[in-house]
This record gives sequence, C-alpha cells and structure tokens, in this order.
Amino acid sequence: MEKRSIVAKKEFKLRSFFFQWEWLLVLILVAVNIINASLSPYYLNLRSLIDATMTFLDKAFIVLPMVFVIILGDIDISVASTVALSSVIMAVSYNNLGVPMELAMIICLAVGTVCGLINGLLIVKFKELSAVIVTLSTMIIYRGIAYIILEDQASGKFPSWYKYLGWGYVGGVPFILIVFAVFAVIFGLLLHKTTFGRRVYAMGNNITASRFSGVQVDKIKVIVFTLTGFMSGLTALFLTSRMGSTRPNVATGYELDVIAMVVLGGVSTAGGKGRIIGAILSIFLIGLLRYGLGLKNVPAQALLIIIGLLLIFAVMIPNLKINMGKRRKLHKAEA
Amino acid sequence: MSEIALEKKLGVTSIGKFRELGLLVFIILLSVLVQLRNPNFMTLENINDMIKNTAILSILTVGMMLVIVTRGIDLSIGATLALSGMISALTVSANPDLHPLLAMLLGTLIGTVCGAILGFLISRGGVLPIIATLGMMNVYRGLTFMISGGKWVSAHQMSPSFKGIATGSILGINTLIFIAVVIYIVFYYFINHTRTGRQIYAVGSNPESAKISGINTVKVLWMVYTIMGALAGLAGVLWVSKFASAQGDTAMGYEMDVIAACVLGGVNIAGGSGKISGIILGSLLLGILDNALPLINVSPFWQQAIQGVIILVAVIINALVKRKVDRNNLMRRNI
Repeated sequence: MEKRSIVAKKEFKLRSFFFQWEWLLVLILVAVNIINASLSPYYLNLRSLIDATMTFLDKAFIVLPMVFVIILGDIDISVASTVALSSVIMAVSYNNLGVPMELAMIICLAVGTVCGLINGLLIVKFKELSAVIVTLSTMIIYRGIAYIILEDQASGKFPSWYKYLGWGYVGGVPFILIVFAVFAVIFGLLLHKTTFGRRVYAMGNNITASRFSGVQVDKIKVIVFTLTGFMSGLTALFLTSRMGSTRPNVATGYELDVIAMVVLGGVSTAGGKGRIIGAILSIFLIGLLRYGLGLKNVPAQALLIIIGLLLIFAVMIPNLKINMGKRRKLHKAEA
Repeated sequence: MSEIALEKKLGVTSIGKFRELGLLVFIILLSVLVQLRNPNFMTLENINDMIKNTAILSILTVGMMLVIVTRGIDLSIGATLALSGMISALTVSANPDLHPLLAMLLGTLIGTVCGAILGFLISRGGVLPIIATLGMMNVYRGLTFMISGGKWVSAHQMSPSFKGIATGSILGINTLIFIAVVIYIVFYYFINHTRTGRQIYAVGSNPESAKISGINTVKVLWMVYTIMGALAGLAGVLWVSKFASAQGDTAMGYEMDVIAACVLGGVNIAGGSGKISGIILGSLLLGILDNALPLINVSPFWQQAIQGVIILVAVIINALVKRKVDRNNLMRRNI
C-alpha cells in the first residue's frame, strides 16, 4: 500500500515536469535537424547520418552511468582520466608486454572498473569529502599514472581486427551504435525498472531517509561509481580503436562533455531527478549539432559557444518555470 | 566548570588549527628533504623564482576561495583568463604605446564583465554554479579562439613595457609578487573586517538563515563571481606578460590547479569556511612541488601523479582531523 503510493506520486511528478522536458529535447532535436538540412544539402542522407553517430558515440557510453552518478547528487570528473589510463595500459600491455589483444582488452575494462571502484570506496569511506574533491584528485592521479607509463609517447600498432570495434558495421549498422543501444537499454531498465534504480532515486532525493529506510547507501554508491569506471574502460576500447593509437592526453575534456550531455538531458545536479532517455536524446542532439554545423564549416570555436549557451539555457528554462518555493528547495538540496 | 569548558574549547581550537600547522610542517619537511637532495633549492634566487611562479596561481586562489565559501565553484576561470589575456595582448600589439597599467585595467575590466555575467546567471537565473561556469567556460574559450582567429600573439608583437609587467619590480619586489601581496592584504581586510566580507561566510555556512537575517544573498553571490572574474582578468594580463605569448588554449585546465590549491589550503568544498592563511600555504605547496620536483630530478612525467597523490592525502588528512574535531565537540556536549 505504502509502496504503491510512493510510486504513484513519482509517476505523477515525472509526467508533469519531465515529460515536457524530454519533448522539448525532441523538439530541439527536430529543429537542429531541420536547420542542418536547410544549411547543407548533404545532411539529410541516412547513410552519412548513421555514420556520423560513430563520431560521437564513444563518450556516450560514459553518459549512461553518469546519469546514475548525477541522480545520486554526486559527480565524477575523473572519467576522462580513467579512459586515458585504461587505454594506455591496454596499449602498453599489448605492445610492450606481449599480452594477447583479447586479454589486453579485458585488462582495459578491468583497469576502468578498478579506477571507478577506488573512487567509490574513497567517497564512502571519507564522507567528509565530496565526490568533486575525490574525483578531482583521482582525475589528476589517473592521468598522472598514464603519463608515467607512456611519457610523451604514443602507442599504436594494434591487430587489424581491433579496428572493427570503432569502424566496423553489422548489417549496415555501425557496431558501436549497436553496442550503445544494448547498453542504453540495460541502463534504462536498471534505472527505471529495478529496485536498484528506485533506490538510486531515493538516495538522490534524501540520502539520510534512504539510509534509515534500510537502503545500503554505501554499497549502491560504490556500485554506481564502479559502473562509471567500467563504462569509461569501454569508452577507452572504442576510442582507441577509432584512433588507432593512444597517448596519455587522450580524451581530454571528456568529463565536461559528458556532464554537459547529462545535464542537458534534464538530469538535475541537485540529485533525485532525471531519466536515461533525456540523456540519450541530448547525446544525439549535441552530436548531430556538431556534425551538421561541421558540414557547414562552422568553426569548432563557434560550436563551443553554441553548446555552452545551449547548456545554460537548457538549465535556466525549467528554473524559470518552477515557482520560487521550489527553487529555494533546489538550492537547499544543492547544499 | 567554566574553566573546564574553556580548556575544552582551547583544545578544540588548537586541533582546528592543526590542519594548517600540519600543512606548514609538511611544507617545511618537504623543503628540507629537497634541500638535502639539491642545495640550490633554498637559495634566495630560487625562492624568488618560485614565489614569482606561484603569484598568478595565488591571485586566482583568493577569488576561488570566496566562490567555494559560498558553496559554489568556478570552472570558467581558465577561459576567462585566456579571453582577457588575449584581448589585452591584441590591444597591446595594435597600440604599442599603451601604458601597461591601462592594459592591466582593460584585462581586469573584461574579467569583471565575464564574472558579472556568471554571477547573474547563478544568483538571478538560479543556474547551479557548476553548470553555469561549465557552460560559460565553453563560451569564453570559444570567444578567445574567435577573436584571435586561432592565431597566437607572440613576444615580438608585444611592447617591451607590456612584457615588463612581469619582469619589472616595484620597491625591489617583482611586480607579480607585489600585486599578489597587495591583493592578499586587501582581501584579508575585506573578508575579515568588513560587513560584506563576513556576509560571504554567512551565506556560505547557511544560505537560509543568512537570507532570513536580512543579508542580500543574491547580491553577495553576484559580487563573489564578479570578484573572481576580475581577478581572473587581471591574472590573464599577468600571464600573457609573463609568458610573452597569448594563445587560444592559454591556461586550459588551470581551474583544477586553483581548486586544488584551495582544497589543500583547507577551504571546505561544502562552503562556509576557508582562511587566507590556509590558501597561502595551499598555493605555496603547489608552487614548491612545481619547482622542487624538477630540482631533485623527478621525471616531469611523474609530477602530475605525485601532485595528485599529495592532494588526495592532504584532503584525507583534512577529513580525519575534522572527524576528530567533531568527536571532541560531541564529547564536550555530553559533559
């Protein structure tokens, strides 16, 4: 009885507020496509549109678990460094240590997972430190280790079949798109259809109340951060495959891109609100915007500005809608 | 009874101060170790060099401390620094006769505008600081690239008087150090002895009660980000003058160094606390690491990881000390 009432209330809230948000995203996405199509005659071509997804889907893998992290009210800025470290370790174990590529790829995922696990453990062991601080320091450490390993060198020369990950097709659809779709469904189900997901929401809304209602908050936090690490490792696999070689400064700035996508997708940094579908929409929104304007030779710098402004207005619009009382609550939640 | 209470209180405050003391001891130990390995470390020349190199970081750290005290964060300062540095460098290369003081004023002005826009978005628009500054970081960085057209302004385009800002000296002290010292004195007075300065801490420790007690929180927030922008603008001119080159990617990622200096200096990321003496030590520690690691032949590739580990250790010690203080407070309450 009690449980049902909570669910019903949640459902109502989401529908009244976030339903609109995601529709707004769809509208912007359609608008972007129309603008792109009218700007360039080459844009509306299914083949090239599908190919374009390959260019921005690598970091999209991190967006999925980042939704969980931000719903928890935390943040993980170490993801880009985790990508760099797992990629570098994979390359070195294949090229310098003679590990078979299959094993090196597993090592890559394992390194990412361990990085995430360390983040999670540090965050729950030292509750006085916020996730920002912990991941800020591990961000520096992970990339620092990558620099220790590879110095200023690049490492490439992977077996030719490894290229398939980033460039291959399965029945005309890019392999990376299929993998992303699978993970998107898994994460969507995990967040919206399992008790684990409900608990993540509960923790984001009120972590103390969740703890007192018997949610193992520490365990869930560690799992979420470990998942983020794992997906960073996965990103490293695809990114390295696309680039063909790796360097310690690979994926610089990815963390900010990923956070921007999550927030644009309607996930509140105050915690407790947001859905996977919004984040997925914003991945395609930003990706296609970049691709389309790139076709039109709009300089990358102008794109930076457009995406920055888009991010701010995306966050400001719902703020204007929420009444003052709710806004105050948001500020309180932020604290 | 009162004696006991007094004693307890003294005990607590001395533990509260321990962190800074610990940082100081750490710095001294580090210096002694480095000195043993390389006797050139403690020469007047090297110390002067080191402080000169830390000056810009420490100027930014003051502003960042104010921002963090109000529970915010500013990720845009690297971009603001680059933008103001670029505009003033372009102005100087167009008008070689421009007085350096005017160039500094121009840079500060640009930074102030950048900061005021951020302050508006955060205080009036209700955008979370991390999102607003992330978005504007993109915008300012994009503007820097667009204004410069992707080109550098290099040493030969700058007038000797402009380059002289960083190399010249006032009263026998290097200008950079002189400016940093003046800023520290001004802000020490401002945050400790003026009403507005104290209001910053009030807003940071409890926004709700600050508002109820009649503090204009919107004004305070707006002011804090404007100050941060102004300091970043000034730092931009100093940076360009020091390195005699303005580039589109100047100071990319520098915000993380500044935040790290704050965190090392004991500024609580959750807001409400932070001291000038702490951030001096925090910036100094980062400066010493930068300077000393090459002196004792640590490979440059190891430096980042070492810095990261030291930051992590420092914040963990901070957390443990805080735990002890809290426990002592609880024990005092029991009596």
